[in-house]
Parts: sequence; C-alpha cells; structure tokens
Amino acid sequence: MTDKDKAKAYWKENIKYVLILLSIWFIVSYGAGIIFKDALNSIRLGGFKLGFWFAQQGSIYVFVILIFVYVRLMNKLDKKYGYDK
Amino acid sequence: MISNMLVAEAVSVQNWTYILVGVTFAIYISIAIWSRANSTKEFYVAGGGVSPWANGMATAADWMSAASFLGMAGIISFAGYDGAVYLMGWTGGYVLLALLLAPYLRKFGKFTVPDFIGDRYYSDTARVVAVLCALLVSFTYVAGQMRGVGIVFSRFLEVDINTGVIIGMLIVLFYAVLGGMKGITYTQVAQYCVLIFAFMVPAIFISIQMTGNPIPQIGMGGKVEGGVYLLDKLDGLSTELGFNEYTEGSKSLIDVFAITLALMVGTAGLPHVIVRFFTVKRVRDARKSAGIALLLIAVLYTTAPAVAVFARTNMIETVSNQPYSDVPQWFKKWETTGLITFTDKNNDGLIQYVADESQNELVVDRDIMVLANPEIANLPNWVIALVAAGGLAAALSTAAGLLLVISASVSHDLIKKVYNPNISEKGELIAARISAIGAVCIAGYFGINPPDFVAAVVALAFGLAAASFFPAIVLGIFYKRMNKEGAIAGMVVGILIMLYYIVKYKFGWLDDTIPDKSEWWFGISPEGFGAIAMVVNFVVSIVVMKFTKAPPEEVQEIVENIRIPSGAGDAVEH
Repeated sequence: MTDKDKAKAYWKENIKYVLILLSIWFIVSYGAGIIFKDALNSIRLGGFKLGFWFAQQGSIYVFVILIFVYVRLMNKLDKKYGYDK
Repeated sequence: MISNMLVAEAVSVQNWTYILVGVTFAIYISIAIWSRANSTKEFYVAGGGVSPWANGMATAADWMSAASFLGMAGIISFAGYDGAVYLMGWTGGYVLLALLLAPYLRKFGKFTVPDFIGDRYYSDTARVVAVLCALLVSFTYVAGQMRGVGIVFSRFLEVDINTGVIIGMLIVLFYAVLGGMKGITYTQVAQYCVLIFAFMVPAIFISIQMTGNPIPQIGMGGKVEGGVYLLDKLDGLSTELGFNEYTEGSKSLIDVFAITLALMVGTAGLPHVIVRFFTVKRVRDARKSAGIALLLIAVLYTTAPAVAVFARTNMIETVSNQPYSDVPQWFKKWETTGLITFTDKNNDGLIQYVADESQNELVVDRDIMVLANPEIANLPNWVIALVAAGGLAAALSTAAGLLLVISASVSHDLIKKVYNPNISEKGELIAARISAIGAVCIAGYFGINPPDFVAAVVALAFGLAAASFFPAIVLGIFYKRMNKEGAIAGMVVGILIMLYYIVKYKFGWLDDTIPDKSEWWFGISPEGFGAIAMVVNFVVSIVVMKFTKAPPEEVQEIVENIRIPSGAGDAVEH
C-alpha cells in the first residue's frame, strides 16, 4: 500500500466512526430529549419521566461516553496504520 | 466538635468571604509569577506541552463562566424542561469539537483560529473576516464576565460594583499579561478546582436535606418526606399555582430543537475554546483532553438541573401563601437589593406567588437562585462564602481566556500576519502584552457601563460563532475542494443574516417595536437562529465553490496532511 492509499483507507475508517457516533449523539439529544420526549415521558425511571431525564441528564452522560469511545477507537486506528508515532 | 462549630458560627459570612477570596486570589497570583511567558509560543499556546488532564481542567474552567456558575441553575429553575436547551446545547458541542475539529486543528499546529482560516483559504481577506468575528464574539462575552465579577464583589464584600470590576480587572491583567496562555492555563486548573468544589458542596448539602441522597443527580429523581417523588411534587406545586408542569416547559418543539443546535454548534465554534486544543502535545492528546474537559464540565452541568429543582421547590414552599411578617432573614436581605420584590396586592398579608400576572405578588430575579440557595437551605456561613469564591473563579477564568483570544487576534493575526510580517519575536511579544492591556481596559469599561442589551448579545455571540467559524472550519477539514471564494462568501452571508435577524427580532431596531413571536421565521427565536444561519453558510459556501476554481495544489496537500495524526510537530513558530 502506498502512503496515499494508506491515508485514504485511514480517513475512510475515521469517517465511518464519526458518522456512527454522531448518529448516536443526534438520536439521544434531539431524538430522546426533544422530538420523542412526550412519548418517552410515559415511561418512568424512578422519579424521572424518561424524556425529561434524557433532556436534562442522560444525553450529557452519553456525550461524555461518546468522546471516550472515539478516543479509544482512534488510538487503535492510529496504531493499525502506524500513525501513532 | 461542638467547640469547632461554635467557632465556625462566630465567623461571619463576610469574614469567611474575605478569607476564601483572599486565599484563592493569592494562589492565582503565585501561579502567574511561577509561569511567566518568555516567548510568543508560550504566550499564545503555553509552549504547546500541556498535559491532557491540565488542558481538560483549563478548558472546563475556561468554558464555565459566571453565567454557567451563577446563572444557569436559576434560569432552569424558572424554565423547567426548557432549560434542557442550555444543558444539552452547552455540552453537546464538545462532541462536535472532539470528533470534527480539535484533532485536526492541533495537527495543523498554528496559534489561532484566524491562522487556520487564513492559511487554509490562502487569503488575507478570509483571515481578516475571521479576526473580526473572533473580536466581536470575545468582546460580547467578556463584558458579561467583568460585570459578573463586579456583582459578586458588591454582594459579598460590600464594595460597589464598579470597584469590584476594577479589582477583577487588576487581577486578570496581572496574570494574563505576565503569563499569557501559560499563566492562564495553570490558573484555570486551580480555578476549576475552586469553582467545582464551591458548586458541589451546597448542592450535596441540600440534596441530603431534601431527599436523603448525597448525590444531587440521583436525589433529583428521589423521594421527599411523605414518600412522594420530588419532581412529581414540584409538578404538582407548579400547576397549583397556575404555572406549566415543571417537567413540560413552554417553548415550541422546533424552537427547542433550533436553540439546542445553535448553542452546540456555537460552542464548537467559539475561538477561546478551540484555541485551548492548540496547547497540547499530540493529536491524540487533543481528543483525550476534549473528553476530559466534557467529563469535568458534566459534573457541574448534571448537578445544575438538580440544584434548580431543589431551589424551586424550596422557594415555593418557603414563601407561597406564607404571612409576609414571618419571612426568613434571607428574604429581607435580598429584598433590600431589589432582586426580590413583594407587593401585597390584595392586602391580606400573605405572599401570593402565582402564574397570573394580575394576582402575582412576588418577583424573584433568576440570577439570585444559586447565590441565595445556601441561605435558603440554612447552610453554614463558610458554604455561603465559598459560593462567592467559586463565582469569582468562574468569571475570572473565562474572562482571561477571552482576553487572550483578543490579544492574539491583534498582535498575531493582524500585526504579525497582515500589517508587519517582519516584526521580531520580541516585538510581537510586547505587542501581545499591550493588546492584552488594551483588551482588559475595554472589557472593564463594558463591565462598568454595561450595554443594556448584554443578555441579547450573548445569543448573538453563539449565533455568530455558529454562522461563521463552525462551517468554515468543518468544510476546511472535510471538503478538500472547498476554496476561498466559497468560504468567504459563506462566512459573510452567514454573519449578515444572523445580524439582520437579531437586530430585527431581538432589538427591534428595524421596526418601531420588537416584532411579535408569530413573525419569527419557521417559529424560531433569535436565540435559535444561529442554527439556520449555519445551514445558510454551508449552502452558500458549497454553491459558490461549485462555480469557482479549486484551491491550489499545496492547499489540498495541507488538507491531506492535517487528516493524518502523526508528525504533529510543536505549534509552529512562523
């Protein structure tokens, strides 16, 4: 594989990760916290209505997890392509 | 134990405040002296060797301003569900930063955001447009911070607001001018510790008091005395008084959507946040420190909605339908500041706090909720003083970060890159310090004479960042063919349409009055319009790009190069 092909393949995998993670980012905040909030509110999580919980708590936890998952995935990817030096 | 408590009680709130504020300020100044900047690289990017944890803490302090610390929980306690726009909007942007911007900007490895725009779009016009945006956004923001410093000083140390602003200016001046980014980074690390401790201690106390659970995030969903869930109780209290259910809110779905998006994208486009990622050593550190920053921010941002619920319930229970003659001490104290007002409209001696304007007798300023909360809950004096020290840490750390962006924009982007490329390293460092002094003075002026539309301009700051930087940077990284014509057109149109909308629908300068909500485009408020302006920027950029020629070969190579993480040298001196 030439350097150029390698860079291309790396970029493609990176974009795939970004798209998957941003879809989750969107579904959790705009989906669960906003668009489907009313529907989810009929489900309860202890004292919380679920839609309200996603809007004021859950989506923030998911955001933090998403970034750390990306960090891990990319560190592995960097290694795979030898870009970790 | 008992004698300890007696000693603690004997020290007044004011003396505690002097002690805590004095100690924290002494720490900030010592750090500044220890971390003086000796080169432009240290002044702009702290030498480029900051560890991911230090950068994460500094970013969190940089980001959480007086508004996050003092204002947000109060706003949420009055907005209920709608407060989610700030909670999600001001955290979700970090996902965009970590996935779309930070690693690539770090690889690019220069000093400022206009550096990237200017080089990637091979154009000084683009650079100057970016500088103007950076200055506009940062000045709007910093005025509010200096005002916050003044308010905290005046409330707790009984000096007047203007004296408070001047004390704040001198402190920031000292460590920002002396230490540059290096000094700011390490003071921000200390400030994060102070502000998060100050925010969490009262929250934990109150959570235990109300729900028996020491973790506010869980206490918020817990049960209160009598076995009712706290949120159900608050929903009930709210509807009884004629308000919407707390967990429902009153904004339209599309507006909540648009505001959240505008704040997320705006956050990712704010220059004082982006520039923090230029200070770490490697690309992987940039990703990691974005995660750490959000983790540390999330501690406060998931606690704030709990504080909002506690404070709202406490307040309604303490005052609603109670005889005015029996109100607690804190009520009287805040009444003298004019931030709580009571007018006994029906002369029955009771406080009627209801949604119906014609019968409501109590007006509570939202901004006092965090400051008054420890007093409402009867917490010890040192906790009340701690909140003051935390508020100052939050305001000063953000102000310093913004001032650095302003000074770098002038000394680096304008003087070094556009007007006088031959300036020496030493000359540039002097210019940077002089610009920092100038910026502090202007910020102080706005703090003392706040424009009466401060609240409105904050919406503008996010809107402008969303409408200008975010699309230009994302396209610059992810779309190799994007050229200068497209990027400049996009930024200019994005900014103009944003300004137009704010001026028309927020300030009402184009008509005799502020137009009614029903005239908003797609039902979107000026606060949420940044989302539309961002989309417009993307569309204009891409359309104009299609009709103009591709960027030169060497620029396309820059793009290919920043996509690969290895070989990120130190931030290049140039």
